[in-house]
Amino acid sequence: MLEYVTLILACQLVGEVAVNAIGLPVPGPVLGMVLLFIFLSIRGSVPDELSKVSSALLGNLSLMFVPAGVGVMVHFELLGTDAIPLSAAVIGSTVLTIAVTALTMTILKKRFNPTDNEGSQP
Amino acid sequence: MTELRDIWVYLSASPLLHLTLTLAAFVTASALYRRLKMNPLFNPVLLSVIAIVLLLSLTQTSYQTYFEGAQFVHFLLGPATVALAVPLYRQFQQVKKSAAAVLISLICGSIASALSAVLIAWALGASEASLISLAPKSVTAPVAMGISAQLGGLPSLTAVIVILTGIFGAMFGPFILNALGINDWTARGFAMGTASHGIGTARAIQVNEVAGAFSGLAMGLNALATAILLPVMWKLLF
Repeated sequence: MLEYVTLILACQLVGEVAVNAIGLPVPGPVLGMVLLFIFLSIRGSVPDELSKVSSALLGNLSLMFVPAGVGVMVHFELLGTDAIPLSAAVIGSTVLTIAVTALTMTILKKRFNPTDNEGSQP
Repeated sequence: MTELRDIWVYLSASPLLHLTLTLAAFVTASALYRRLKMNPLFNPVLLSVIAIVLLLSLTQTSYQTYFEGAQFVHFLLGPATVALAVPLYRQFQQVKKSAAAVLISLICGSIASALSAVLIAWALGASEASLISLAPKSVTAPVAMGISAQLGGLPSLTAVIVILTGIFGAMFGPFILNALGINDWTARGFAMGTASHGIGTARAIQVNEVAGAFSGLAMGLNALATAILLPVMWKLLF
């Protein structure tokens, strides 16, 4: 198990270093995700132990946003005099983004793979 | 009485207290969330944040002191993002099959997010610094802050807006998708990740593995797409 914890940390570390060195517009951990994905593609399967580590981390992903969330509440006054336009924009634009993305994808998937029904259990 | 105060002084100086507080608040919020059949409105992130903020203000604890304990949890965000490669790998056949749909919806979602946010705030009279800080709102925090700084916004304001967007999307996204009759897990997950990054992904992954994989993919791709598209759009528009 520990070897896969190390592998995940090493992917992140290489990701962070590469992003800083090359100046890529993605965060280090996202590049780390790409590196781990390449490792899995070369290996051809997901090792059981890695699967356990990944489930433990992803099963608790919500928890990891709590400290940043507390920071937001504390820095709420940063919204300042623009609190109302900014809140309206967050609400309106998030609803629209979810709708546009989901509808585009549904329509295009039907057009490109009209017979494909996989992954569409409600 | 002085003994009690000594214990308090000792505890508040050690990271243990606020680390335990973070976990305890989250465990309680999650239990409530599960009891309410994972109703997205009772988002466990939001519930624990509210509880912790109340406690911090009651005990007059600074965020800095709190974060000394909470940083250990915060740190795990990086390794968890790397771990998203596992569900993505497992679902890769599906991703490949819908690659064209994925890329086009990503670009539509990314542009819709920035454009609609800026238009709404502009119509309601927000300042230019606020508009810039708002534009990358759907992108994962570290990238959004970078884009905001590059265009002349306020990165710390961007961080606040990004987290609010994530929580709002995780709470109301499932209702929007239901109302539109979207029952394809790939489209549901991809929309959640595009609009509300990691917090949306955290919700998606609890509900369905396919949705979780597509949400994680969307989060990574939207960071890249917005970082490339937004500065170009900004130059064309202003």
